[in-house]
Amino acid sequence: MNDTDNQPGPAGGGNGARVLRIRDLVKSFGERRILDGISLDVSQGEVLVVIGPSGCGKSTLLRCLNGLEPIDSGEIELKGEVITRPGTDWNRVRQRVGMVFQNYELFPHLNVLGNVLLGPVKVQRRKRPEAERDALSWLERVGLADRASSFPRQLSGGQKQRVAIVRALTMSPEIMLFDEVTASLDPEMVREVLDVMLGLARQGLTMIIVTHEMAFARAVADRIIFMDEGAIVEQSAPDGFFESPESERARRFLNIFEFSEKRRE
Amino acid sequence: MDLDFVIACAPLFAASAWLTVSLAFWGIALSLALGLLAALAGYYRVPILRRAAGAYIELARNTPLMIQLFFLYYGLPRLGILLEGRTCAVIGLTFLGGAYMAEAFRGGLTAVGRTQIEAGLSLGLNRVQLLRHVILPQALAVAIPVICATAIFLMKETSVFSIVALPDLMYLAKDLLKEGHSTESNLMLVLSYLVIILPVSLLFAWLERRARFAGFGS
Repeated sequence: MNDTDNQPGPAGGGNGARVLRIRDLVKSFGERRILDGISLDVSQGEVLVVIGPSGCGKSTLLRCLNGLEPIDSGEIELKGEVITRPGTDWNRVRQRVGMVFQNYELFPHLNVLGNVLLGPVKVQRRKRPEAERDALSWLERVGLADRASSFPRQLSGGQKQRVAIVRALTMSPEIMLFDEVTASLDPEMVREVLDVMLGLARQGLTMIIVTHEMAFARAVADRIIFMDEGAIVEQSAPDGFFESPESERARRFLNIFEFSEKRRE
Repeated sequence: MDLDFVIACAPLFAASAWLTVSLAFWGIALSLALGLLAALAGYYRVPILRRAAGAYIELARNTPLMIQLFFLYYGLPRLGILLEGRTCAVIGLTFLGGAYMAEAFRGGLTAVGRTQIEAGLSLGLNRVQLLRHVILPQALAVAIPVICATAIFLMKETSVFSIVALPDLMYLAKDLLKEGHSTESNLMLVLSYLVIILPVSLLFAWLERRARFAGFGS
């Protein structure tokens, strides 16, 4: 990726300035309560990894943070600005919150450069030549400079996901949300995407990552959030969490991975 | 086969063909605009417009063009609205075509996945930008085969224009048939339609290939 790759370990928990503050976030789909009072702070440069069983609400949590899901109650603050009041200009907030999806969601009718430039040029009204230079340098950093004029259907899953990450990054977001971004990838392509994310983490980008890649979670996270049934059950430093989880539910959850890993061998 | 007759009549057919083409062009162009508006009214669930669009589509699709023209040309003057034959033709074709085009666009719009829209929203695109840069291009690519088929259908529908006293191809052929020379007239009629519609068909085939190329599949 770049020279910051050689720095030892992740940036180490951020520098304290708070980027995101979530209080008592509640979200239901009909009768079903998906998020049951989530409170969480994320500081500048911190890498937060959210894990937990399917349906525990982790993806919904991310989607609430950029307004793709309206919340029922609670409060979200982005750099001191409450973004959950009625009348919030989500188009403006979303420029500050980058999102990468499980299924890439590149725009199939635009080539790689077109995908990456849509936000900076149309939304942020940046000058095209300058935005293009920026985009190309990002593409180069993720190893895709030569695919700038390719269309999404000509790319592998791993390449598509790297483009999707660049598409979010060129907006210069204050925080990046990754929603199970390797879950749809063939195993041999997972690594290339995780490497990009690890590089970003080491550069000090503030990130919230929802993933089932436990080894990656341990390597990249400053803090692990374990969620179950819409609530945060446990949060701790990665080594502590993976070696001796405090809660019974986290232990059981990690055991499932143990088991499946043993079976695979 | 009377070649002299064919040669003598060729300019007449050319003039009528040109009239047919120009009326069809305007009818198709306006159909596209009307169809897109009607489809968008449905897509965005615009309160009253959405119902109006639905009613319009049913009305236009379920009545023959000939009856619609009859109404415009012979019915409206009784209400004090006098329209020229050409105007009637273009309005009639647009009224009919708009409904089919609306259905074509609707098919395209519903084919654009919710997750694509979310991806656009996540970049901070507003509603207009989202429509223009994400939804419409993809919807159009899906709708193009139906749009092309509809355009060709509309070109053929022009053959009823003679009832509003327009000297189009059909009108001319009927005129000539009265004077005998039925084989030649019929042949030239068929040829004329072929000559104007075949290039359009080929153009659309090319367009469809382009649309397929532009997109789609993973």
